[in-house]
Amino acid sequence: MDRRQILVAVIGLALFALVPPLAGIFDQPFYVDMFARIMIFAIAAVSLDLILGYGGMVSFGHAAYIGVGAYAVGILSYYGIDNGFVQFPVAIAAAALIALVFGLMSLRTTGVYFIMITLAFAQMLYFLGISLEEFGGDDGMPAYRSEFAGLIDLTDADQFYYLVFAFLVAALVVTHRLIHSRFGAVVRGAKANERRMQAMGFPTYRYKLAAFTIAGTMCGIAGALFANWNEFVSPDAMHWTRSGEIMIMVIMGGMGTLIGPVLGATGLLLLEEYLPEWMEALIAGTGEHWMVVMGPILIAIVLFGRGGIYALFARRGGDDG
Amino acid sequence: MLELRGIDTFYGRSQVLFGMELEVGTGQVASLMGRNGMGKTTTVRTIMGLVRPAAGSVRFDGRELTEQPAYRIAQLGLGLVPEGRQIFPNLTVRENLVATASKGQGSEPWTLPRVYHLFPRLEERQRSMGDQLSGGEQQMLAIGRALMTNPRLLILDEATEGLAPLIRAEIWHCLADLKATGQSILVIDKNITALAEICDRHYIVEKGHLVWTGNSDELRADEEIQHRYLGI
Repeated sequence: MDRRQILVAVIGLALFALVPPLAGIFDQPFYVDMFARIMIFAIAAVSLDLILGYGGMVSFGHAAYIGVGAYAVGILSYYGIDNGFVQFPVAIAAAALIALVFGLMSLRTTGVYFIMITLAFAQMLYFLGISLEEFGGDDGMPAYRSEFAGLIDLTDADQFYYLVFAFLVAALVVTHRLIHSRFGAVVRGAKANERRMQAMGFPTYRYKLAAFTIAGTMCGIAGALFANWNEFVSPDAMHWTRSGEIMIMVIMGGMGTLIGPVLGATGLLLLEEYLPEWMEALIAGTGEHWMVVMGPILIAIVLFGRGGIYALFARRGGDDG
Repeated sequence: MLELRGIDTFYGRSQVLFGMELEVGTGQVASLMGRNGMGKTTTVRTIMGLVRPAAGSVRFDGRELTEQPAYRIAQLGLGLVPEGRQIFPNLTVRENLVATASKGQGSEPWTLPRVYHLFPRLEERQRSMGDQLSGGEQQMLAIGRALMTNPRLLILDEATEGLAPLIRAEIWHCLADLKATGQSILVIDKNITALAEICDRHYIVEKGHLVWTGNSDELRADEEIQHRYLGI
């Protein structure tokens, strides 16, 4: 990571940290809520980038872990367990276990088959969620915000915001450390040339499985936070379009970079928020058709912006961070 | 140390190796020669477990390798410098060296400083990405990377191919140094003069068959062999 990349990361995070006081000054509490959501998806995107960008594992079912984390919080809350010190560890453990099991099977395949099998697993969970009548089935169920023994009050928007911020920073630090460890070098090397890595004496399957499980676990945390943000849990959280959205965030922001997915999550969610407004202001009545514009924007970024948004700030895309 | 007996290897339905034989003793340097497409690289890939032979045995220190997964074979102490070098392009020079390193036994195991001492150029470029290196630098990196696994047998597949004469000379020089430390090596190359100088034994393959084996004096003396199988 050179100076410029560190600068992008620090400025970016500083801007996130400044959102609540700025929103307070301008009396726009809505932005605290919106950027909390952006950061939650940024955590999910960072975790996907760990396996997608650095590991070359195109998982098309990453939203499954958001669902697992969210349902862990929701189901515990349903049974009256609102203690976050219970909910979060359970969400983390559940996501880790599911990721391990999914990884054990899907990592035996590569390429298109890997994409399809991860998608299939995620859809399996989606339909499981729909079939759980007790927990609202299709309609989902309400979830109360986690309680942390009076230490943090998540019903306070600012406190919730900084909890999410702390998790995002932690996710970035962990990812950075992992990527630059020997373990990370083996995973990145396996992306470039898996057979070579095996011929060097590394059982790449195990390394990829470990990375896959870590990524799923991290995304499970995003899920637990999402349940808190939304105060609601439904199968929608793990629909395949959600997996696609997280993947778009990673690609749009810059695959294989540390900060790229954060930029991608920010860019995509802000566009989703404001594109309809802008279009409406420009030509009345077009606002609801914002996806017509969104699609070409995404295509243009993929076609012309190699390295994503991140490449605009840092010198080059590719594998750094 | 390494012993191939009666190896038959196929790619799909076409047979590439026909009863291939080869032996490298401890501390020995052996060469594997032959024109392009005769089965040299396939022999190496069979040794490393990257293709499975249909028949025959590959034994390393008495242990059968043909049933082992590729990563186990490498862990047993076979270090390959592959044809085309195959540096990890998305890792830095230093990461390429360190990522796959394993601790060596013996009095003088290979470490990062020792590899940098052998190839000072790599130390200068240690923060560069693998795909930013020149061909010669990549080759040094590929050799250094293999040495960092502290292999008991080092296999070099066309290590000097496509390199400038000066850099070639440097690589040969380095191999001679390695031999002096008692490193067992199997070299695949086309430069007979250099091979005759460094190797204890030579193997020539032709259309998947072992057609000649002997020491350097015998190779130098037999111009017909050189002409017929190596096209010189």
